[in-house]
Amino acid sequence: MASPLLEARQISKSFAGVRALKGVSLSVYPGEVLAVVGENGAGKSTLMKILAGVQRPDSGELVVDGAVRTIGSVQEALRFGIALIHQELNLAETLDVGANIFLGREPHRCGWVDAVRIETEARIVLERVGLSVEPGALVGDLTIGQQQLVEIAKALSVNARVLIMDEPTSSLSDHEAKVLLRLIRELRSKGTGIVYISHRLGEVQGLADRVEVLRDGDNAGRLLREEISHGAMVQLMVGRALAQFYPHEPHETGEVVLDVVGLRTRANPGKVVDFQLRAGEIVGLAGLVGAGRSELLDALFGVVPALQGTVRVSGELVELRSPRMAMDAGIALVPEDRKHQGLFLEMGVRENLSIASLHREQTGGFLNRAKERALCEEMMPALRIKAAGVEQPVQFLSGGNQQKVVIGKWLATRPGVFLLDEPTRGVDIGAKQEIYRLMEELAANGAAVLFVSSDLEEILGMSDRVLVLHEGRLSGELLRKDLSEEAVMRLATAAHTEVAASSI
Amino acid sequence: MKKNLGIFGLLVVVCVVTALLSDSFLSAYNVENVLRRSALFGILSIGVGFVIITGGIDLSLGSVVCLVGCALPWLLTVQHWPLPLALLAVAAVSLGIGLFHGLLITKLRIQPFIVTLCGLLLYRGVARGFTADQTVGFGTEFKTLRLLSTGKVPFLPGFDLPAPLFFLALVAILAALFLNRTIFGRYLLALGRNPQAATYSGIPTQRMTVLAYVISSGLAGLGGVLFVLDVNSAQPVDFGNFYELYAIAAAVLGGCSLRGGEGSIVGILIGATLMQVLRNTITLVTTRNNVEFAIIGAVILVGVVADELARRVAARRRAARVLLSSSAG
Repeated sequence: MASPLLEARQISKSFAGVRALKGVSLSVYPGEVLAVVGENGAGKSTLMKILAGVQRPDSGELVVDGAVRTIGSVQEALRFGIALIHQELNLAETLDVGANIFLGREPHRCGWVDAVRIETEARIVLERVGLSVEPGALVGDLTIGQQQLVEIAKALSVNARVLIMDEPTSSLSDHEAKVLLRLIRELRSKGTGIVYISHRLGEVQGLADRVEVLRDGDNAGRLLREEISHGAMVQLMVGRALAQFYPHEPHETGEVVLDVVGLRTRANPGKVVDFQLRAGEIVGLAGLVGAGRSELLDALFGVVPALQGTVRVSGELVELRSPRMAMDAGIALVPEDRKHQGLFLEMGVRENLSIASLHREQTGGFLNRAKERALCEEMMPALRIKAAGVEQPVQFLSGGNQQKVVIGKWLATRPGVFLLDEPTRGVDIGAKQEIYRLMEELAANGAAVLFVSSDLEEILGMSDRVLVLHEGRLSGELLRKDLSEEAVMRLATAAHTEVAASSI
Repeated sequence: MKKNLGIFGLLVVVCVVTALLSDSFLSAYNVENVLRRSALFGILSIGVGFVIITGGIDLSLGSVVCLVGCALPWLLTVQHWPLPLALLAVAAVSLGIGLFHGLLITKLRIQPFIVTLCGLLLYRGVARGFTADQTVGFGTEFKTLRLLSTGKVPFLPGFDLPAPLFFLALVAILAALFLNRTIFGRYLLALGRNPQAATYSGIPTQRMTVLAYVISSGLAGLGGVLFVLDVNSAQPVDFGNFYELYAIAAAVLGGCSLRGGEGSIVGILIGATLMQVLRNTITLVTTRNNVEFAIIGAVILVGVVADELARRVAARRRAARVLLSSSAG
């Protein structure tokens, strides 16, 4: 075997006296994909930041091409050929795609930016990542998935020898993800060492040559190609085997709770959507990014009112021109972007939990503080929200606990229709299961649950029925017995059937 | 509460230092005067505080003070309107201005800074227009009405409480109840923290924003009436000049964040008092009134920087605690 491009030996790192990494080791060889998996808080991101020069280790060695080196800054890391693609996007939204790709290292002639070179070189890397946008397009006008691809194009343009990707597919549609995975394979065959972090274990299984599992800031185990399986990874990640990942049980379905007829959303005014949800069922809403899934939920919740169409809740015609009207009709929405749409980060658990039900518990506009406290006492144990107290600002909670606060806030309104948009994004395995359990409970208590997910495994695992959107219209419906990854993808891609067929 | 301790400490320090440097600072006459000015500016500061809490800004309130301050004596002494009608008119104008700002900001999505900057120019211009730049005043009339501002209520032997203090107390109590005990107060704070999450939580964000601007302009109108009753006449060129900046500075000193979502009525009151004590200190201690802005600017800057530093230390400690507890659990 060739010698490693990059090695981390016994890396430790503490923040304010707390050890985030406790002597972790890792090697990256040329021409391989090394997947790093672990629950949230296992230390993956910290380790990657150290490899890429964003942070310095407290102790331990970094070895580049066999020589011990100090990587003190991102610039130094880039000089060694190490590039990191962050989980969070780091793009200037008001600049165009080309300018973002070359940000900070613009090719120039006598001090003048060489716009022609930027454009031609940007075109080349954009084509490699399979992104068909003009280098002159504004980054702010792109979808999150497209922005992620710009970020990847940016890393490619520095010709990195070690490319570290932190959850690169979390905001990509399946089609975009496939293009990316193909690109990763191409880079691997050219000798690039790729470090790949993902929560999507199915993806890891199909892609990785080796898997390094981290747990609580330490190496928990290694898997070589033939040993890599979903079960083996989960077992190392949580330290025990998970009997059943998706707690799905078939439900007794009742009356039609939500009846949507002829709905036209502002995002897809040319398409009409009709569907029904019954009490007690969990329905998955699948589709590629940009298919109009979030836009459909936003219309049903009155955030961006629909242009046309009728909606009945339990048989009664309702108007959905504002979220408040949707709430009064018994609809709840757990939005896609937890931090920006779901939570008041600096406010406490109590204030976040009660905000959507305050207006029902008021007397003459005055807050009912006793009811507010009672709500916390009910929700915190019921949802197993781990917090230092009811007043702890939610920004200090883990992603899973934050999401449980958002769900709790809507449980408090006792909705008959529960809409969830990517409910488990950025949430660790333990919290994921609790969220699945909650969805099951909601359905068992007679609510109709409609959830959007880009994680096909989750769609397959949790749905009684799946609705598939393609470019703003429902391209099909699948019952649980007919569910398969291929069937969903066929409907989701309708137009690009050949891509789905070529698969990963 | 803890946050207000810092600014309260600063107020105490400024008072002690001034008392040491000047004998007249603690005289009954001076204290009454400072309290009267603090009360008048406190009313303006509470108003703008509501706007700042939603993450907005109101630059127009000095001009609203001017417009109302000129309109009231003009309507009464030049136009000879009956008193109730004149009061009703200035109330309607000031509340209407807030509604106008709020609607431009929510419906047309124009930035609050621009809307209220235009307001700043517009209302002073209107006041200068209808008065033709001439000073308007009550002269020797309306003595009873003026008692609302100039009146005193005996409190201790040789020391009376100025009437505006009672208006301030009423406004402050209502404002504090509204902000802390009603769902609307909670909505305003939430809206200031995260407008998008507020929308997704079913908060009527547009109505709440309009409400904040109506409160701000309404209290500026009340302030304008009290100010002109206090000084008896208004010169439209400079009446209320820079008052918006005093009010905004007081609110920020009192813990309102211009990012929105933070602020307390008690803090705003302390901030407004500190501003007036500082102005008083400059008058009493120095012979040069022209350094007033420099000193006030410097003190505000020191206060805000100290607050930011304290906040960072607290955040770091808290982050460390959270990491500890999460690694333990």
